[in-house]
Amino acid sequence: MLASLHLIRSVELLISEYYEEQIFRCPVHLSIGQEAIAVGVSLHLTVEDKVVSTHRSHAHYIAKGGDIFRMLSELIGSPRGCCKGRGGSMHIFDNSVGFMASIPIVGSSLPIAIGLALAEKNLNSKNLVVAFIGDAALETGAFYESLNLAALKELPILVVLEDNGYSTFSNKSVRWPASKNVKETIQGMGVTYFHGNGDDVEDIYKNISDIIKRVRSYEPILLHLETFRRYEHCGPNLDDKLGYRSKTEIESYLDRDPIKILELKLVDSGVISKKNLKDLVDQINDYVQDLFTSMKDQNRDYLTKFRMSN
Amino acid sequence: MSLTYTQYINRAFDECLHDDPSVLLFGLGVGDIGAVFGSTANLQTKYGADRVFEIPLSENAATGMALGLAMQGFRPVMMHQRADFSFTSTEQIINQIAKTSYMSGDIYKIPLVIRMIVGRGWGQGPTHAQSPHAIFSHIPGLQVVAPATPLEGYYLMKESINCDNPVIFIEHRWLHQTVEQSNNKLILPNICKARIMKPGSDLTMISLSYGVIECLKIAEVLAELNLKVEVINLRSIQPWDINTVIQSVTKTKKVMLLDIGHIEFGLTGEISSVIYTELFNFISHPILRFGLPMEPTPSSAALAIDHYPSIEKMLQKIKNHFGFNFEVEKAIEIFVNKFPYKTKHRDQPDIGIIGPF
Repeated sequence: MLASLHLIRSVELLISEYYEEQIFRCPVHLSIGQEAIAVGVSLHLTVEDKVVSTHRSHAHYIAKGGDIFRMLSELIGSPRGCCKGRGGSMHIFDNSVGFMASIPIVGSSLPIAIGLALAEKNLNSKNLVVAFIGDAALETGAFYESLNLAALKELPILVVLEDNGYSTFSNKSVRWPASKNVKETIQGMGVTYFHGNGDDVEDIYKNISDIIKRVRSYEPILLHLETFRRYEHCGPNLDDKLGYRSKTEIESYLDRDPIKILELKLVDSGVISKKNLKDLVDQINDYVQDLFTSMKDQNRDYLTKFRMSN
Repeated sequence: MSLTYTQYINRAFDECLHDDPSVLLFGLGVGDIGAVFGSTANLQTKYGADRVFEIPLSENAATGMALGLAMQGFRPVMMHQRADFSFTSTEQIINQIAKTSYMSGDIYKIPLVIRMIVGRGWGQGPTHAQSPHAIFSHIPGLQVVAPATPLEGYYLMKESINCDNPVIFIEHRWLHQTVEQSNNKLILPNICKARIMKPGSDLTMISLSYGVIECLKIAEVLAELNLKVEVINLRSIQPWDINTVIQSVTKTKKVMLLDIGHIEFGLTGEISSVIYTELFNFISHPILRFGLPMEPTPSSAALAIDHYPSIEKMLQKIKNHFGFNFEVEKAIEIFVNKFPYKTKHRDQPDIGIIGPF
């Protein structure tokens, strides 16, 4: 669990670090702060289970068992990428690990997820489909059309709503009326609703065992988890200085960091020593750095292709 | 045995559902008593509501659902009783369905069909009479077909369902009552080939779908005036059969195009451009284009008469444009005698030619 969180974080920090070098030549939407949801949910999934993601796809892909080498190759636009460089960060597809699609048009992933789930039901499988969405998806028509179909057809779909409160720079307060009641909206459509905290990966993992079982028995469920996006909407940087998020809010993110929460628990309960923890993190960072180096080496032919000089 | 266009579509569905358990049919009206103008009649009873089913009025989600099913190996056919309804699902069609195969690095084949019926007449008006073949032909990743005759409807529907790419199937409502003999052995080489309906050496007429019927009428009228018209039925719009067109124009040196959509930025402009590029010094006259003007289709029957190009007006223009040596009055007289209106009103389908084609 901790290793998964660190692995995702390490890959994304590396993307952030090297982004200025113009090696990753596509828009990136980092999941830093939101990793607990991807990990907590995906630990319940088999390779045969299907995942559909959004523009913020890295954490979901890695948590589903995605190939980081091929993902990084995709981000540099290489033909060795998981989509031959045609998709980039926003369109990661790899059905070999059940990561069926990343759909960056908000809300549009859901109709496709519904089709995947209907196929699983038609095939009498016990596989489920997980559709990760953000809070802005609730503002699209596709969301309501899809939930209606999920309930009508009793599909094995778990919609995981990662509610980070922002659509680019827009807070929910300018997008949702104060009286909006998500729970009643979802339940009123005939879809089971659960709400929880998205920061504590252990809690998420433990609390959804039953939910996963119910979805496998063809009960569509929406799991609403509160989370936060540490970095800017699109790009490699922090954007604290822009001021659209208050200082208090940004400071609160420090205590909500999923990695920090889990590490505190594990160290306090004596599961891991601080020394071992540091070794683990170092090992993961070295592993990711080595992957990156060999990825660059193997793609040297490609990387020199579009440079004007040197 | 003679069957109508809709009966042939029904037969194509029936055979595909029978032969391949991955074929699914859905859309508004598929399972109701109207059965999409009879074209899906009895199929739900025969194959069950899991494979042939009604959808909620959620065309966008149902279209994305078709994509999800296709990604899992099913062969869904999603249908619209009016092509105009599909515009609520253009996000799924243009951003997702057309691009999934490409942007996933070819890990998926997307074998799905979106059947769109084009309305005309009897007050269909601005939002129930559009043919979007040019719009969807503009999008890389989509194939677009628009068969003209009942047997073509049958063969092309089967080929569309068996095709591994997304296919937009354009079907004109006014063709539904056309009839064709099933023992008429029609060999369709492949989904992308055009078909020469009538050979000729004086003028090439190129059209699609219901427009082909009108071209055939014009060709028959002109035949009586000793003009030999070659009528090309495109059948496939994207991709379209450039070779067949070029070969024909090389022979006739004169081209007339008839579209069932608007003229501007459409099918006739695209085909004209290719002909001008390939045969600029060869053709004897500028290309003559017919289609709909740049106004929404009116609901009013009286206004619609002027909206659609009438055969009488087309005969007049053909003579003036190419300088053919015939009397327009005589041509119109032949037309009226040869194809007398069987319906009382001109805004109802009056096919005249019912096959064999």
